[in-house]
Amino acid sequence: MNSRVADRIATGVLIGLATIIVVLLVGLFSYILAKGIPNISWSFLTSPSSTVQAGGGIRDQLFNSFYILFITMLITVPLGVLGGIYMAEYAQPGKITHFIRSCIEMLASLPSIVVGMFGLLIFVNTIGWGYTIIGGALALTIFNIPVMVRVSEDAVRSVPSEQKEASLALGITHWHTIKTVLIPAAFPGILTGAILASGRVFGEAAALLFTAGLSTPKLNYMNWNPFSETSPLNIFRPAETLSVHIWEINTQGIIPDVEEVANGASAVLVLSVLLFNLLARWLGSTIHKKITASK
Amino acid sequence: MQTTTANKSVFDVKDLNLWYGSFHALINLNFSMYKNEVTAIIGPSGCGKSTFVKTLNLMVNMIPNVHMSGEINYNDKNILNKKIDLVELRKQIGMIFQKGNPFPQSIYDNVAYGPRIHGIKKKKQLDEIVEESLKDVALWDEVKDRLQSAALGLSGGQQQRLCIARALATKPEVVLMDEPTSALDPISTLKIEELITKLKEKYTIVIVTHNMQQAARISDKTAFFLNGEVVEFSDTNQLFSNPSDKRTEDYITGRFG
Repeated sequence: MNSRVADRIATGVLIGLATIIVVLLVGLFSYILAKGIPNISWSFLTSPSSTVQAGGGIRDQLFNSFYILFITMLITVPLGVLGGIYMAEYAQPGKITHFIRSCIEMLASLPSIVVGMFGLLIFVNTIGWGYTIIGGALALTIFNIPVMVRVSEDAVRSVPSEQKEASLALGITHWHTIKTVLIPAAFPGILTGAILASGRVFGEAAALLFTAGLSTPKLNYMNWNPFSETSPLNIFRPAETLSVHIWEINTQGIIPDVEEVANGASAVLVLSVLLFNLLARWLGSTIHKKITASK
Repeated sequence: MQTTTANKSVFDVKDLNLWYGSFHALINLNFSMYKNEVTAIIGPSGCGKSTFVKTLNLMVNMIPNVHMSGEINYNDKNILNKKIDLVELRKQIGMIFQKGNPFPQSIYDNVAYGPRIHGIKKKKQLDEIVEESLKDVALWDEVKDRLQSAALGLSGGQQQRLCIARALATKPEVVLMDEPTSALDPISTLKIEELITKLKEKYTIVIVTHNMQQAARISDKTAFFLNGEVVEFSDTNQLFSNPSDKRTEDYITGRFG
């Protein structure tokens, strides 16, 4: 077989595979939306879920998903970015750095159910919080940190070394250089990492089953006191997220409209992830333009 | 190696040796650079000229496995002394690199970057520094109407002049230039050369260059480096018209390098 034929075959195979991926994605997406959107209504989004009767909504689960995402990112992003900076700028090549890197990679490949069991052991039982938002957020942090560290490290490393030299040669300290040159230049990469991590948080169920729980107390959305039992902002309350809710009603739900609720919730979940990504990207590029003064 | 000068020396290099691991990159260097003069460092690739200029502001310390012996006296203070304050040193000794390396920020922020971090907060004072620095590099008229637009949108020659302005904004005494025109077209190169001639009224300049005509045009003194050693150091006119070493003559007449 000559190389021209091989080239044509390779091109054909690659195009074929790419087509399969796109078709799968579009197929899945339109299936979920087609099945789910008819079930979405204003009352579906704004009423609490019901345990026995038909007609329950997903208000609390939707809020919980976003709130857990917010708390998780509040912990994950600073830790992950600082870890990435350490790995890129301070860690000397050698055995210890190699060991840290192996640990991070191992952490990244932990099955989420194991992270969930770990959370159950530590946050729920040992510390004795019970099922809480903060416990869930910390469990999610554990398995999002490696991604965040890795992505931040790569982003910081990919800043041209000329820019770092330029800053150091002006008599700017290492830390100031990191803060004012490296991080702004690495910002788009770090943002992409944060968006990827958010997607995982949104979709995660296994790690939350045993940490944030399967229930939500009766919430009063007018109560903004984060220490109050009925406040949605209280981080020491149990919180069932959308993903967990979908799993729960499908496995043990006794409401008659399980399928409708599950389909609707799935569509809302997919749309939320999509909307969140678009929003984060738009916000990121706005900030990036502002720092770099580019049009 | 005789030189004539009325000026005071800014750098006195004494018995400077530098190793990268076991590679002896700079060997027993002894010469001085004088105030308000342009000192050119010439020599073939790999002769140590860039390494040398990076020792003057200790940027060479960024490279792993470097060690040095001897003295580099900057205003009579040995900067190879461990206690030297790098921040203070590099504020006084600016550096320009081979390729213009502006930050991905606005033109204004690039120039104001050093002064801001070194503690100047007042908008009016920063405005003045930015204007003065950009005027010093003859860039002001070209960019004064778009100070808030991206520095990376400038042409290569403008970017390099912006980098010089950025270095001048911290009010240095010395400006080190490591082949500042090697990535530029002839017209931009000419502008930078004119600029260097003007800048030496206020600053002391050390320039590494590949281009012997450039060294002859703009410098007062020239050091010829070969395999890590200074073969000859003297007044530029003398080095180019009447070199005292055979190897210098071979190099400047283009027999090698």
